[in-house]
Amino acid sequence: MSQLNLTLKIWRQQNANEKGRFETHQVEANEHMSFLEMLDVLNEKLIGEKKEPVAFEHDCREGICGACSMVINGHPHGPQQKTTTCQLHMRHFHNGDTIHVEPYRAGAFPVIRDLVVDRAAFDRIIQAGGFISVNTGQPQDANALPVEKDQASRAFDGAECIGCGACVAACPNASAMLFVSAKVSHLALLPQGKVEAARRVQSMVKQMDLEGFGNCSNVTACEAECPKGISVENIARMNREYFSSVITTETRVD
Amino acid sequence: MILNANIPDEVKKVPLEEKWTKYRSTVPLVAPNNKRRLEIIVVGTGLAGASAAASLGELGYNVKCFTFHDSPRRAHSIAAQGGINAAKNYTNDGDSVYRLFYDTIKGGDYRAREANVYRLAEVSANIIDQAVAQGVPFAREYGGLLENRSFGGVQVSRTFYARGQTGQQLLLGAYQALSRQISLGSVDMYNRHEMLDVVIVDGKARGIIARNLVTGKLERFAAHAVVLATGGYGNVFYLSTNAMNCNVTAAWRAVRRGALMANPCFTQIHPTCIPVSGDYQSKLTLMSESLRNDGRVWVPKKKEDAEAIRKGKKTALDIKEEDRDYFLERRYPAFGNLVPRDVASRAAKTACDEGLGVAPTGLAVYLDFSAAIKRYGQSKANSSGIHNASEAQIIELGEKVVEEKYGNLFEMYEKITGENPYKLPMKIYPAVHYTMGGLWVDYNLETNIPGLFALGECNFSDHGANRLGASALMQGLADGYFVLPYTIGKFLSGDISTPKIDANRAEFVAVEKETRERIDKLMSIGGSQSIESFHRRLGKIMWDYCGMSRTAEGLTAARQMIRELREEFYRDVFVPGKADEFNPELEKAQRVADFFELGELMVVDALNRNESCGGHFREESQTEEGEAKRDDVNYRYVAAWEYRGWEEDPLMHREDLDFDNIELKSRSYK
Repeated sequence: MSQLNLTLKIWRQQNANEKGRFETHQVEANEHMSFLEMLDVLNEKLIGEKKEPVAFEHDCREGICGACSMVINGHPHGPQQKTTTCQLHMRHFHNGDTIHVEPYRAGAFPVIRDLVVDRAAFDRIIQAGGFISVNTGQPQDANALPVEKDQASRAFDGAECIGCGACVAACPNASAMLFVSAKVSHLALLPQGKVEAARRVQSMVKQMDLEGFGNCSNVTACEAECPKGISVENIARMNREYFSSVITTETRVD
Repeated sequence: MILNANIPDEVKKVPLEEKWTKYRSTVPLVAPNNKRRLEIIVVGTGLAGASAAASLGELGYNVKCFTFHDSPRRAHSIAAQGGINAAKNYTNDGDSVYRLFYDTIKGGDYRAREANVYRLAEVSANIIDQAVAQGVPFAREYGGLLENRSFGGVQVSRTFYARGQTGQQLLLGAYQALSRQISLGSVDMYNRHEMLDVVIVDGKARGIIARNLVTGKLERFAAHAVVLATGGYGNVFYLSTNAMNCNVTAAWRAVRRGALMANPCFTQIHPTCIPVSGDYQSKLTLMSESLRNDGRVWVPKKKEDAEAIRKGKKTALDIKEEDRDYFLERRYPAFGNLVPRDVASRAAKTACDEGLGVAPTGLAVYLDFSAAIKRYGQSKANSSGIHNASEAQIIELGEKVVEEKYGNLFEMYEKITGENPYKLPMKIYPAVHYTMGGLWVDYNLETNIPGLFALGECNFSDHGANRLGASALMQGLADGYFVLPYTIGKFLSGDISTPKIDANRAEFVAVEKETRERIDKLMSIGGSQSIESFHRRLGKIMWDYCGMSRTAEGLTAARQMIRELREEFYRDVFVPGKADEFNPELEKAQRVADFFELGELMVVDALNRNESCGGHFREESQTEEGEAKRDDVNYRYVAAWEYRGWEEDPLMHREDLDFDNIELKSRSYK
């Protein structure tokens, strides 16, 4: 099992109002650790020295909850493709490496502490319309509505989004278009979501703009950095949904 | 204390299959104008909490919903992989409500309540309908209809699934329903708020004290009723498949206020997890049970082969077919690789204890897909009209089929271990996964504290001593969507003229003060050891003595060790930072402090239950073949514990379990 001696340049910031800075630390890791376990080692060391550990968000550590959210060497979730930070293992780094670790940087994601940012804007976008309006107890039998397999599969591709915000952090405009379009696609592609599709896309886009996310300029870094490989095709689909729904007065929501 | 499960019409003996329908139609209702005046607190936003909060909001109640996460969507239900059971009988293989009920009672080794489990089976089909209407993209056949697969302990295909992310998709469905209620103003959502205590006014649960995790301030919240949907306590073992922040604090604080903790020793050890690789390890990752549909579990027959593998001199591929022991197929021919989790886990442990383990630590068995790859490849070759396909061609085709079915799991395995599971069999070992024990609740899901309800993994009610695969999602959603919204009416209908509860009442002030004192105490110790190091040590005690195999001697020793460790914790722990700021270490300190007390109670419960049942295996109670030996004469009951503080022994209250519809049998999967 090979050991790695690493230099970490890690972002420290007390809260949203205070100025942040990079701090340098030495850590010994081994190749089978995950990136977060390597940070655990650093934090245990800091606690041993009676210093404050580095705050970072994490929970499931199996790549699905979307909590982990840092930028590693300039890449949200680090250099491995289709991998969240918690699933990034140290075998992809080399002995002697210097690693830069920063929080997501976007106006709509204010820093709470060190690497922890506030992503509540995403919740508010979903609240604006990212759902199908069905109360508990109302539905018909599940098999009463067949959905073509490939269609269901495309909807699923959008539904896989874990809401981590890497797309925003990757985008030079801090645009949330990949996140929003993944949900719009998921629901608009299913027959049960079609009924309120026009209203949904307009409300979600409006909220996205209110939150201060930028527009899409087709850089596609979002897709490259997305740990779930969500495709920018979803953005095209959302644009189509949006423009076709605002163009006629019947479907436009004012 | 006499425990009344409040099962409807026990005296009149209404048949099991009519109980819920009849009760649902007669349980007191709260009129819409009164619902608008009543407030409910829901703690937790996993499947149970989010579905309950959304459904209660739809009904017109004023709901306040809490999560310690930054968003309700992060709750650990999201990580459930394999599927959700429902008695739909879409596959026409003879499934029914009764069969799902029977399988669940038997799977739980006859330690769950018949009436609750029957209700669970009854509402299971509604969950699938609800989820599909919300847009949950379950797997489908080419005809556009829903697809099913099999899970352990069952001989029908009743599991609905969404790739390997069923929990994620179901949680997002519930989260979206919750988001809709937030936007409509019927639910106030409090993210990054951790419940630290429950407030009781005149004997009823009327509010909570929560810590705002961003500012560190304690806040008081009042309501007419409090619903806990705060998950399980598997993290008492430190290493488990739970998320890092899963904890027992909300439930344990309720226990400290008088709620009873039922069957705390019933822990599920899941057989197929990625084995531990080192001391730094922070959590264990599950490989879905669905893999046992196609994977075959084996170890080498010869110890020298196992040793050579452990030393890296041989790999699985060097072991000839006749030198492999497919021990589940050998020991349990009727169910084979799909025996229930407790049985599969113990069998793997036995194999490793005999020196046949295949990882350097000695703690791993193989889960092998090569037979399935060949089988699928051959069938694909036939259906594609490729005759005389070469072995390499067949394997290539087969790997594609396996990838379609389990691709994301294989990818996850490779990311973590660095090994390709298409070429080499997976190495797996059992790990703590789920806790069947939990807060004692009656048929209404109400604890013994009036107005305090517990849903999902947080309660003890449906899984007995062992939970079957794909049943946790079912129970969480059943409780939240289809049970609590009705049963809570029984309590609230008596409170329609109770005015809004004032969070400035003396009871709230007093509980807030106690909470602050607990925090101050932790902050002031200023010792030399980290919280994490104590948690690891506690976890090791629990795993060694209260894990897959338990003895009276070991449990007695463990109790003493936990007590000593707790004393050391309060003497020498170091909590960095300040109390009135964002401080994840302080959050952890409070959770670990509660794990000590829970851990001790688990050991006491395991010691009391001198029988083996489900996930609870007492070495003193086994058959000659090493199978679990239940004792229905002496232990056919729920042990509901009253906690009386650290200085006194906890007091057990019994709820005897009656089986009027199912004959008690020794559980056999042979």
